[in-house]
Amino acid sequence: MTPLLSVQGISKRYGIHIGCADVSFDLYPGEVMGIVGESGSGKSTLLNCLAGHLAPDEGQVIFDTRADGPRDTLTMSEPERRMLGRTDWAFVHQHARDGLRMGVSAGGNVGERLMAVGERHYGNIRNKATDWLGRVEIDAARVDDRPTTFSGGMQQRLQIARNLVTGPRLVFMDEPTGGLDVSVQARLLDLLRGLVRDMGLSAIIVTHDLAVVRLLADRLMVMKSGHVVEAGLTDQVLDDPQHAYSQLLVSSVLQV
Amino acid sequence: MTDYNFAYLDEQTKRMIRRAILKGLAIPGYQVPFASREMPMPYGWGTGGVQVSAAVLTPEDTFKVIDQGADDTTNAVSIRTFFERTAGVETTTTTCDASVIQTRHRIPEEPLSEGQILVYQVPIPEPLRFLEPRESETRKMHSLEEYGLMHVKLYEDISRHGHIATSYAYPVKVEGRYVMDPSPIPKFDNPKLGDMAAIQLFGAGREQRIYALPPYTQVVSLDFEDHPFEASKADHPCGMCGAIDSYLDELIIDDTGGRMFVCSDTDFCEARQLAGHKGKDAA
Repeated sequence: MTPLLSVQGISKRYGIHIGCADVSFDLYPGEVMGIVGESGSGKSTLLNCLAGHLAPDEGQVIFDTRADGPRDTLTMSEPERRMLGRTDWAFVHQHARDGLRMGVSAGGNVGERLMAVGERHYGNIRNKATDWLGRVEIDAARVDDRPTTFSGGMQQRLQIARNLVTGPRLVFMDEPTGGLDVSVQARLLDLLRGLVRDMGLSAIIVTHDLAVVRLLADRLMVMKSGHVVEAGLTDQVLDDPQHAYSQLLVSSVLQV
Repeated sequence: MTDYNFAYLDEQTKRMIRRAILKGLAIPGYQVPFASREMPMPYGWGTGGVQVSAAVLTPEDTFKVIDQGADDTTNAVSIRTFFERTAGVETTTTTCDASVIQTRHRIPEEPLSEGQILVYQVPIPEPLRFLEPRESETRKMHSLEEYGLMHVKLYEDISRHGHIATSYAYPVKVEGRYVMDPSPIPKFDNPKLGDMAAIQLFGAGREQRIYALPPYTQVVSLDFEDHPFEASKADHPCGMCGAIDSYLDELIIDDTGGRMFVCSDTDFCEARQLAGHKGKDAA
């Protein structure tokens, strides 16, 4: 089986500081990979390198494209990479405001990716947008409201709908539940888990919340100071951490 | 005329502008940056159009200026006088006699012919500007042909008003490549942009951009399959000349709700009245 995404030796430095160093892993179709670590451990740098937002200094990111099979996305031309970014890839930002157009209605936000890939039938776009609002549990009557009138949790769900509408195969998520209160977090996680399973998505989720990876991720990487210190099946890493930092991380979770 | 160089601008500046025009004609719809000069008029009054006109005028040209279709409003009269004084060219108000026509917000009703040049005054040349404020990003979108956002604007129109409510500066796609702002002409005029015999030049002075449509260029107004483009106008005949196919201005004529509709193209309307056509409000 070809991995959907094969990452080899990714390094990114900011001057003398290390963003992330020599990260390699394979992600197979339908698999969800969690990346955890403390603030400043290079999680987001890594994610941005993978998603093409940052250019890494070394390494390869090989994506199994629909048309031409495995290709290194870092040496692709920019139009090709941006095309991937709005078809097969999706990026869910931590702050919904970064990923939404706040001045455009919810329907327009969901429809934007459809129109970007050439959909030109208003009725179809609107039906799909309404359908997706339903799937992320937003009332269809709010299709013409702007995201500014939505709560934080709704904005985040709208962002997810907007990203998944073109049926991507790989979703990058940067702290998708950050900044939401716990009950909203729980619902969002439930929703995400359902969507990931139903659509057979592969996902890479960056978070510092171990509960999120416990629920969503099949596999886990623990990062510290730009290096991967431990990797393995989620339950294995969380229940039997080997590295000193993983042990610290797991034991730091408050039990209520 | 010794106080100024011919047509106000110095020859080096005109040369620079002509280069931009030629580049614009070579890449229809592409916005060419140029070093816009200070002109003796405020921005927004047609500094871009005036510079383009100055660069294309020759002493043998006949010049016409229209402002919202009219030859006799402040903007039109001042710019016409400006070139009378600085270039000494013939001026006219008759569309078919003019070789260079500078216009603000209208295309003349009378079809233009080969050999004529239509110069538009453009306030904001970037059609994507109100959706994407970053110039670096809009340039990238043009170069990569990422125009999905333009349809988001039309989508918003339909979802809010039930139809595409954009009625002027309606975005067009040129030769299947660049999306272009046709300047704030009513969308009634959009079908005339395409396949026109005259050269069309667009000058934006404050934004320092020139773009162009060579004769007989394909220009398509953007729309949705189920909400096609419609060139709309007020559903009345002209009160003065009775024309039913021209773009109309609505005039309030008293304070009891009386109004009349007249052609916005004054030259077209006068020519029809001279030819004996009469509308219901004609004296």
